[in-house]
Parts: sequence; structure tokens; C-alpha cells
Amino acid sequence: MLLIPCPWCGPRDEAEFHYGGQAHVAYPEEPAALSDEEWARYLFFRDNPKGLFAERWSHAAGCRRWFNAVRDTATNEVHAVYRVGEPRPVIA
Amino acid sequence: MAEPTVVRRSPAAAFAARFEAASAGGGLRLAEIPFLSQINLRVDPKSPAAERIGTAIGVPLPMEPGTAAGGGDLEVLWLGPDEWLVLGPDGAAPGLVERLTEAAAGEHVSVVDVSAQRTTLVVAGERARDVLAHGCALDLHPRAFGPGRCAQTTLARTGVVLVADEDGFRLLVRSSFAAYAAEWLLDASVEYVKPPAREAGPA
Repeated sequence: MLLIPCPWCGPRDEAEFHYGGQAHVAYPEEPAALSDEEWARYLFFRDNPKGLFAERWSHAAGCRRWFNAVRDTATNEVHAVYRVGEPRPVIA
Repeated sequence: MAEPTVVRRSPAAAFAARFEAASAGGGLRLAEIPFLSQINLRVDPKSPAAERIGTAIGVPLPMEPGTAAGGGDLEVLWLGPDEWLVLGPDGAAPGLVERLTEAAAGEHVSVVDVSAQRTTLVVAGERARDVLAHGCALDLHPRAFGPGRCAQTTLARTGVVLVADEDGFRLLVRSSFAAYAAEWLLDASVEYVKPPAREAGPA
């Protein structure tokens, strides 16, 4: 099980969290102006890296806040967590 | 026609006798504190309303995550960065809602009476931590989770608000989960409860 450090509550069991997919996917400025293909790309197309990945998590059984985490998809190591609205930290 | 009499019954009332039996050994104390007033409060922590509310109830809202503050017969638990649970004695809820709403003075604040949502179970005594450790992954050692701390977490997969006290813990559990939580606590505490001394029978 992952030990995920909630930016508010500190390290908690993975079972307390919900996964929210890739972080920093911005809602289109003008959704109505998009073609079907562009809209589908916004809705369904996500990165699938082997390595560092910025993703959203919600501390569902705790403070119920959404936050972002940078996790290594190969090792499952959580390198950083940061609050919604903060920029993705640079990890050397 | 006679008026029907409405009898108020707490969610874990049926466990009183078994709680008492489990507490007889001395190492552990299980009990229910029924009908406490609970008010869910949501307000921007930086707003003037948050400060006014703290003054109005005489307890400044605790801003540090996972902490509780008390004063008089009230206690305020941190539930989230803009969310608190105000605990008071039985019957205090309507007055509390009024005071909080008045202090909010029309600002963007939510005050909701959630007294019926949860009941309070006490797990106290020197074995309290051992019992909870059977189903809770949090570090409950006093150096990490001493008096004045609280947490929302899961105990035996049940969502609970855990509050640390001087001699143990209070466990705020949803009414519909109270029977399950009580059964689980009794089951987890079996090994810490001394069996009643047997009467000497015929040899």
C-alpha cells in the first residue's frame, strides 16, 4: 500500500484517498469552439509516462481536499505533494 | 387518541451492558456518550467571520490541521482547512446554531446542525491504543497524537473522527455505523479484557 502525504493531514494510507487522474489538464477556454476531435482529446487523452507523473488525489476519508502529487509510476515513490493552484514543483 | 410517546434512543444504546462488562477489568474503558451536539461549520479561515465566530463561542477556531481547541463546555475540531466541527453538550445545538449564524453576519458561512449524524464512543484506559491499533493505521502514540489532537481517518474501514484525550480517545462514528463499530471494538478488545473470576466449583 502507498503511504501518501496529504498536504494538510500528513502521511496516510492509500485506502483513505481517491485517485483523480492527470493533474494540470486545463478546461478549454471556449469548449463550444472546439472540433469533436479536439474535445475528445481534452476529455480522453492523457499522458502515460514511465517515471514522474503529476496527478490529482483527494483525501476522501480525511480532510476531503483535492491536491496534486508527483509520483514516479515506475517505483510508486511520491516525490512531492502540493496544493491545488500551486505550480508543479521541479524535481531534479 | 393518545399521543404517541417518542423515546429518544442513541445508536449504540444496546451495547451499554457489553461495554460495561468489557470495562470491568480496568485496563480498558468502553462507553457511549449519546446525543452530543455537533455543528458543522464551514468558513474561510482568513475571513473576519472566522474571527468573529471564535470570539462568539469563546473558542478560537484551531487553524493547525488535526488539532482541537476547547473552552467552557464547547470543543472545536479541525476537519479541514475551511471546516470545523463544534461539539457541545446535549441540547445545546439550536442555541449554538443561532450564535454561530449571528456571528457569521451574512458572510459566506455554512452552519449545519449534524448532531444526529454521529454518536460518540469512548475508548479509554491503558489498553485503548492497542485496541485501536487493530484497525487504525495512524500513529496514536502520545508524542504524535496526544491530547488536543484529532483526525478524520478510518477505523476498521469505517470513517471516524478520532479525538485524543488525557486517558484515551473519543471516536465519533456515523449513527448507521455505530453498531458495527461497537461490535468491532468489543471483538478487538477481547484479548485485553480479563475474564471474570470463576467461582470455585466442586472439584
